[in-house]
Amino acid sequence: MRPFNYSRAETEKEAADAGSDGATFIAGGTNLLDLMKLEVMTPDALVDINPLDLKSISTTDDGGLRIGALVTNSDCAADQRVRHDYPVLSKAILAGASGQLRNKATTGGNLCQRTRCYYFYDTAMPCNKREPGSGCGAIGGVNRLHAILGASDACIATYPGDMAVALSALDASVEIRSANGNMRSVPVTDFHRLPGDTPEKDNVLETGDLITAVTLPPPPGGTHVYRKVRDRSSYAFALVSVAAVAKMENGKISGIRLAFGGIAHKPWHDPAVEDVLTGESPSEALFDKAGEILLKDAIGQGSNDFKIPLARRTLSAVLRQATASGASA
Amino acid sequence: MQKTELTINRKKRSIEADPRTTLLDALRHHLDLTGTKKGCDHGQCGACTVLGNGRRINSCLTLACMHDGDEITTIEGLGTPDDLSPLQAAFVRHDGYQCGYCTPGQICSATAMLQEVAEGWPSNVTEDVEVAPPLSREEIAERMSGNICRCSAYPNIVKAILEAAEADQ
Repeated sequence: MRPFNYSRAETEKEAADAGSDGATFIAGGTNLLDLMKLEVMTPDALVDINPLDLKSISTTDDGGLRIGALVTNSDCAADQRVRHDYPVLSKAILAGASGQLRNKATTGGNLCQRTRCYYFYDTAMPCNKREPGSGCGAIGGVNRLHAILGASDACIATYPGDMAVALSALDASVEIRSANGNMRSVPVTDFHRLPGDTPEKDNVLETGDLITAVTLPPPPGGTHVYRKVRDRSSYAFALVSVAAVAKMENGKISGIRLAFGGIAHKPWHDPAVEDVLTGESPSEALFDKAGEILLKDAIGQGSNDFKIPLARRTLSAVLRQATASGASA
Repeated sequence: MQKTELTINRKKRSIEADPRTTLLDALRHHLDLTGTKKGCDHGQCGACTVLGNGRRINSCLTLACMHDGDEITTIEGLGTPDDLSPLQAAFVRHDGYQCGYCTPGQICSATAMLQEVAEGWPSNVTEDVEVAPPLSREEIAERMSGNICRCSAYPNIVKAILEAAEADQ
């Protein structure tokens, strides 16, 4: 690990000022320290934001929830309000990492988790995300984990997380404090970016920006499903994951939100897939049609070609489960 | 150099170390507590698991200086050869190991895991996340997936944990 200056921020302003001066925030540190040991990330300064008062989950004025940026993944998944009103979020968090890591990983930090692309991790290989302009080792290389949607000639990495996939299905927002103290709210679906020709930027955060919370709209009701397909049944990253929140009325799908993990540089959300399902009676033909829309622009890279049929089948399985409760009502 | 004061196994300790020092290296190299093991050093194997303020964490993926004022419990703080903790005794009784290298991490992890279950935390195999699940082999396997045993003593590890959990009820 390269040497760095270590300091603690007692206030959001102290954190933002340090961030504006180029310091990297550390909260749980489980991803950052891993990358620093490998010298994939080499910050000159770390500012420890754990002293900040961002560790609580509170009810918002409109009846939603505000999850502080420093709430650990464990505490969020175990929170009774989350389990009762937003079970897809608990399920997604519990599908990721291990008990030890979830005890350290935070809500804000987890959103900023870096890709698990092997070439990003290997400093002997080219990677436009780690070293802009060096090329992409994954294109034409080993790319089993990689993107089938939204990739570019510069980068085919995937966003690896689970929590953000559920947050996308829940229409959650990221609360961000800018360096100058102004607050803004960004939908989770707009927080991560597609790689384009600047894959070094994972998300829309600017220098000095500090994530202060994630906010959830009022409880959506309906059936919540999170299905993660992976190489082993626990403690592995998703090949494909699907988060669904579905509501049924008179045997028809009256409303549905879907988000997908493991297939793109960001949690994938395609309103056209939801539109084709809404107002319809669930059927295998309908699920196939939704899969066709989702994957109409999908491109395999060789070793990840299997993800295209896998995503289609996983979507069908999730829709079957999410719509079963009200299908015969 | 960064000065850090911690309570380790109920004793106040102080270290002065490069900020790069992980909690794991601080325990082993600065505090002579070598019960905590270094396996992968990347949070994948769980051999370095300790309790930080009662919660299980990977001591390799956290900086010692980030734990100023924290209470850390290592395997040395759970029991002694003359006074084993219930989980330690159960691991001995059920032969929950072969080489023993992962064992301190397994036992620290299981100790905190049983507390998580007692607090009603769900897991990835819990049918309904709203309802606190009973402890089963499947629940133990899922909840302990952050601790790898390369000798693959898993069947006896699960037996030991189940027995210790049942004895506690």
